[in-house]
Amino acid sequence: MTQTVEPQVESTSEDQTKHQPLGVYTRPKGGNGWRDWVTTVDHKKIGVLYGAAALFFFLIGGIEALLIRLQLATPNGTVLGADMYNQMFTMHGVTMVFLVIMPLAAAFANYLLPLQIGARDVAFPRLNALSFWVFLAGGLFLNTAWLFGDAPDGGWFGYAPNTGIVFSPGNGMDFYAIGLQITGIASLVSAMNLIVTVLNMRAPGMTLFKMPVFTWMILVVQFLLVFAVPVITVALFLLLFDRNFGSNFFNPVMGADPLLWQHLFWIFGHPEVYILILPSFGIISEVIPTFSRKPIFGYPFMVFSGIAIGFMGWGVWAHHMFVSGIGPISVAAFSLSTMFIAVPTGVKILNWMATMWGGKLLFNTPMLFATGVVSMFTVGGLSGVTHAVAPADTQQTDTYYIVAHFHYVIFGGALLGIFAGFYFWWPKVFGHMLGEKLGKLNFWLMLIGFNLTFGPMHILGLQGMSRRIHTYSPGFGFELWNMVETIGSFIIGLGVLFFLINIYVSAKKAKGQPPIGPDPWDARSLEWITPNPTPIHNFDEVPNIEELDDFWHRKYGKDENGKIVRIASAEEVCQDGSATDTHLPSPSYWPLVLALGFPFIGYGLIYSLWLCVPGGIMILMSIYAWAFEPPDDPEGNHGDHHEDTTGEVAEEVSVD
Amino acid sequence: MTENEHSVGTGVSNNKLLMWVFLGSECLLFGGLISTYLIYRSRFADGPAPGDIFDIPFTSVSSFVLLMSSLTMVLSLSSLQRGDYRNTRLWLLTTALLGALFIGGQVYEFTTFLREGLGYSTSPFSSAFFTLTGFHGVHVSIGIVMLMSLYVSSMRGNLKRESSETLEIVGLYWHFVDVVWIFIFTVIYLVPSPTS
Ligand code: HEM
Ligand SMILES: [Cu+2]
Repeated sequence: MTQTVEPQVESTSEDQTKHQPLGVYTRPKGGNGWRDWVTTVDHKKIGVLYGAAALFFFLIGGIEALLIRLQLATPNGTVLGADMYNQMFTMHGVTMVFLVIMPLAAAFANYLLPLQIGARDVAFPRLNALSFWVFLAGGLFLNTAWLFGDAPDGGWFGYAPNTGIVFSPGNGMDFYAIGLQITGIASLVSAMNLIVTVLNMRAPGMTLFKMPVFTWMILVVQFLLVFAVPVITVALFLLLFDRNFGSNFFNPVMGADPLLWQHLFWIFGHPEVYILILPSFGIISEVIPTFSRKPIFGYPFMVFSGIAIGFMGWGVWAHHMFVSGIGPISVAAFSLSTMFIAVPTGVKILNWMATMWGGKLLFNTPMLFATGVVSMFTVGGLSGVTHAVAPADTQQTDTYYIVAHFHYVIFGGALLGIFAGFYFWWPKVFGHMLGEKLGKLNFWLMLIGFNLTFGPMHILGLQGMSRRIHTYSPGFGFELWNMVETIGSFIIGLGVLFFLINIYVSAKKAKGQPPIGPDPWDARSLEWITPNPTPIHNFDEVPNIEELDDFWHRKYGKDENGKIVRIASAEEVCQDGSATDTHLPSPSYWPLVLALGFPFIGYGLIYSLWLCVPGGIMILMSIYAWAFEPPDDPEGNHGDHHEDTTGEVAEEVSVD
Repeated sequence: MTENEHSVGTGVSNNKLLMWVFLGSECLLFGGLISTYLIYRSRFADGPAPGDIFDIPFTSVSSFVLLMSSLTMVLSLSSLQRGDYRNTRLWLLTTALLGALFIGGQVYEFTTFLREGLGYSTSPFSSAFFTLTGFHGVHVSIGIVMLMSLYVSSMRGNLKRESSETLEIVGLYWHFVDVVWIFIFTVIYLVPSPTS
């Protein structure tokens, strides 16, 4: 039976101009050099690019963290001055949240989402490339603030009026506002793209409730992004206008409300923390069943609790403002709603434990990291509930206790989950495994270092040590734990180093060897039906989906006693990647060119409006070139056998 | 090429769905700006108060102009769906002109306010007012550019009946911008404003 897959035409007038491909409009040909990477629209390559860029920023953010810890190792530290210290913790936070965790999640989402739902690519391949390049442009722009000697210093949440022109006269907060604006565009574009992809491009039979939990969590995150990003966009615009065009949004002297920024920021900010954590929840919801040899316990609960978190996440933002003077009624209401949001979170934790309960547990590195998430996130969730109790929070807020909380959820929850994902899907992406020995070393060093670094922060915080103070005097009883924390942070650094070594060593070992072969983990979800590494065209033929975990059900069935038995080997079930007639979208120059326009505008707003002109021209030119470039380069080398002369990029896929 | 019985998409094309999702996001953008305005409408410092400065009849007329442009937008789309390219273009152009008229009205209003002492930096109210209406104006202007691009495309014979969805999607955007204006108009002008 033959079925036509929705055309992947994304722009409005592409097909009308195919008869007149002007010189510059010819699309680049696929190849394998650097040119292929900068013009690629392949979701897999884009996923890898996201991952590589985010790891690069991770190293920068990590070095910033170590400098902070060096400064705090002893009382009256002299490693960083007060001003430098402010820049350091601000850039550390901004980098880790916006340039590391979010893009790492985007890396997994990009690579895996189409594979998990049985699609050839995302709905809008060129927009996908655009998201990446805009993100990279924004991240680099933000970091060049260091080179101009004036990095943002108002904290990752950039509270105005403190970040207004009066109290932050340098250019740092402009870099913050513009840089986050640019990365916001990237997140928004990517979120819209992935939503359409999941809603419209699923393989036949894959109803919403047959989608893997990872896909579900990513979908929820994209909705959160679509609705949360515009709120911070507004806040950042208002801040920019205040700083550069003399508006009065955050100027209390003129009667402005000093809480406006806090509200706008946290209406974005609390959904944002779920944007950070849910991808990791998705990852470990794939890893834990695989290594427990059991299906996920309570799939519908997993999905619905994720959706519930997505909704409830909008109703708790003012728990960040308990001491800002929002009034007793607001405090009581937000205190309650915050306690409630811990419920769906708890449901998830219980479900993971029930999945492991009675399973044949295999503690490979991905599973180690996943159990790390379950335990460490629980600690962070519990301290979160203690902040929800407003009177207690009055003591805790702005102390190291808060720093402990969010590192347990973001490092212990989000980052460890992402590492589980690295080890789990590395063979899928690169065709070889990461080493288990180094992996375990990596895990234990990170876990121990993490607890040494952030565990004592609970104590210090309750003893009254304030966050964001560049030093402390001897005699408060802060010395011991601060030293322990600094040592812990270097142990984390060592763990990360072993991860990098693992990447290098395993790649070297794999050189000249054949790829790993199908299904190395005896996994469950659809991406594993394709060979490792995934061929450029993904699926030889799009599978028909009948069950949740369809891939697993192709390998296992029940015998007459109802016992689960293997019915087919991985070789029999998996595709061999031999198809050659799949139609692939052509690469394009314009996503990159368009993205490069944004930093010009950014520098222009800060240094000289003239610079905005080339930036604007690049963007406008790219938009039109984008719309008018031919849908396909007929001579392009993209594994396409049938000449597409109709302009309709429909592809024939046989489904049995 | 029968529709597969297991087919699971939304039934809405990718392009249109993308526009819908985008408009959903835009709701929060305008939601943020409108909320900011509501918080600041009575904080006019020493400057003019909203109730003293608004010219409601004038803005009502320009709002009516913008609303009419939604009608002409619909007419343009239905012409295209009938394959009537001449009228498609005619209504496209009318829509763009009505939009431009609205923008002209806004420019006139802004300059009048400036003359009357309401600058961008005058007060939180003035900043919020100019920012909200300005953002909306930029949205209308982008819409005009899209309409004119389609107009040119149609002149060159590229806007075909079969691709009427393109026009429909631009139309979605246009109607959205109109609907947002109804909200803004109500919140800023119709709800009684504080006077000094
Ligand atoms: C069980 C669920 C959670 C609850 C009840 C909770 C509660 C809270 C509360 C009440 C605060 C404000 C404390 C204060 O500033 O005084 C807070 C801060 C914070 N939480 Fe959570 N939280 C939860 C989960 C998470 C998750 C999953 C993340 C991120 C992945 C997260 C990230 C943060 C961050 C970054 C801050 C500090 C923001 C700042 O001041 O810089 N939380 N949390
Ligand atoms: Cu929160």
